Amino acid sequence: MFDLTLLGPQRWKPDLVTAFDRLSIRGSVAAITAGWQEREGENEELQQHLGRQVIDLKLHRRLEQVFVEDPELFNEHRARQDRLRALQRLYRYRLDFFMEPARELLRRKKESEALAAHQQAAVEALRRFDQEHLESIRRIHADFEARHQPHQRPAIQRQREEMQNILSQMSGLAIAGGHVAVLINRIRLFGIADLVRDLPIFAWSAGAMALGQRIVVFHDSPPQGAGNAEVLDVGLGWFSDLLPLPHASRRLHLDDPLRVGLFAQRFAPEIGVPLEMGTSLRFEKGAWHPWSDALGLAPDGQLKDFRGATHR
Amino acid sequence: MSQLAIQKLSADGTPSKEAIDNFIGGHNFPIVEGRDVTFVYRGEADGVLLQHFIFGLETSQPFQRLEATDLWYLTVDLPEKSHLQYKLNIQHGEDHHWILDPLNPHRALDPFGANSVCRTAGTERPEWTFPDPDARPGELRNLYLKSQAFGQDRRVRVYLPARFRRGRRYPLLVVHDGTDYLRFSDLKTVFDNLIHRLEVAPMIVALTDAKERLHEYPDHPDHATFICQELVPWMEKEFPLLGVPRGRCLMGASFGGVASLSTAWRNPGFFGRLLLQSGSFAFTDIGDHKRGPAFDPVVKFVNAFRANPGRPSDKVFVSCGTYESLIYENRSMVPLLQATGMDVRYVEARDGHNWENWRDRLREGLSWLFPGSLWMVYE
Repeated sequence: MFDLTLLGPQRWKPDLVTAFDRLSIRGSVAAITAGWQEREGENEELQQHLGRQVIDLKLHRRLEQVFVEDPELFNEHRARQDRLRALQRLYRYRLDFFMEPARELLRRKKESEALAAHQQAAVEALRRFDQEHLESIRRIHADFEARHQPHQRPAIQRQREEMQNILSQMSGLAIAGGHVAVLINRIRLFGIADLVRDLPIFAWSAGAMALGQRIVVFHDSPPQGAGNAEVLDVGLGWFSDLLPLPHASRRLHLDDPLRVGLFAQRFAPEIGVPLEMGTSLRFEKGAWHPWSDALGLAPDGQLKDFRGATHR
Repeated sequence: MSQLAIQKLSADGTPSKEAIDNFIGGHNFPIVEGRDVTFVYRGEADGVLLQHFIFGLETSQPFQRLEATDLWYLTVDLPEKSHLQYKLNIQHGEDHHWILDPLNPHRALDPFGANSVCRTAGTERPEWTFPDPDARPGELRNLYLKSQAFGQDRRVRVYLPARFRRGRRYPLLVVHDGTDYLRFSDLKTVFDNLIHRLEVAPMIVALTDAKERLHEYPDHPDHATFICQELVPWMEKEFPLLGVPRGRCLMGASFGGVASLSTAWRNPGFFGRLLLQSGSFAFTDIGDHKRGPAFDPVVKFVNAFRANPGRPSDKVFVSCGTYESLIYENRSMVPLLQATGMDVRYVEARDGHNWENWRDRLREGLSWLFPGSLWMVYE
């Protein structure tokens, strides 16, 4: 069981240090900033905010090194990413055909006694479609793991050992946001879960998204496309009942009950929780303890207190 | 049907001076009531005319005087989501002069001065065109390139996106009339915002200007040489650019659209992306065109292009306002471009041949040609 704290975005008003203080974290901390890609490790602001040494695990650069040492892994990794991208494109083509009827039926008001059954059927069809997609992704990952056993490969093992040494001297781990696919790929390839089991972990934005059961990417009004949230990947599964939604107020129409309600029903039993500036939620001994006001997207289209937004 | 504000004012006969004062103080002008847009002028005159730039309507439309008052008005039917630029023509005897609408604070600048702006329901100025304090600003650098093609130095303003890094490779966008885009279409603000919001990929932009645009832009070989053999190779040497067709885009409006298309046509496959706004794509099927001598080389090029379009690029975004005289030419261009096998996106708006129209279409065009990592990045 992981000791986790999820936070809102940290760029403008960072409050990571407050979370550290609440847990009496002392000493140096490790950081994962692989989601920042080529800016990985540029964590002066983070260091200044925390007032302590921050050691970046540099997963992005480590993987570059691994790929140089193990070109076979590089090629296989790239092939897997190609498969995942192709799968996502196919899923996206069909997603609209599930979203549209669900949206249309939820929009209607009791025009006949059959409506509720059809609404439920449309949402169920959408949920099944998402689930099938997730299973396809899971199979691709399982196939890759079985055939290439990345954690057993010397190039990866060397990096893991180095990181294990670093982490043994750390009193916590901070996982920053950024590119969510880049981040999850590197955390997964290096098997970070096994290395940080005993550390308190603090994650925000894409960092928080990577830790749940599944990764859902979302934007209600992108400049191109329908704005349908997509299941992107399997998450690390460090918690199962919450879907982190960083910058939700900017990305989602939270004042639109139809969109909020459909989102909530679609992804139940996970509760979509907006992670805005100042939000902090602690996951301890298998239960969530909000440290701040935390809201959840409820099936009736409202935003409710996180624990009141339950689907059960 | 409910009365319009101007009808209510005069419903009980000639309104008093005080009633007119209250009317003026109590409304924003022009008054937009559904599709009815009422323009108002107050002052002594022998006549007042609305001078606008909507192709298809009478260019000059007379106001009525509210009897025994100094209040003039004109109500026109404009669909929602319309954007109109106009002036008022005030007549005193034989004299007349064009002025900005004194009751309307909304102005649009262009190379010829300014116009008053009217937007009907559903066409507010997009919020991404205003400076956003959260957006990290990019940098503009003034550079000079010695051009053999033109036999002179040419200034090129280069936009580098926020958090620019030498270790990364960027797409290159070459913009015609760059200074006008910066001044009248808020181009730097637009880039800063769209890149900050991850809606558009970070890119490097080369903003060019012509010395004589009517001469250089319509399919001039020296211009194409300058762009493809001088500017782009120089940019690719000086900056970390992708250096492949899908990472090169030409953009321009009006004659700048012609310059973009003709340059790509002369160098097929060099630019993988084109962004053409209200291109002056005048052509003739038979006989002479009626657009004046400046259009002679344009018509010659477009006729040649229509006869033999080739496949100048891979992906083309075309936009045009339905209130422009060029709407027919742009609509005609679409099936022709599609037939070449290029991926074509065509967008219309109820707008005229102006820099705000071109600004307001940039999000749609740029995010289609160079999509950002909006869906994947959560910082």
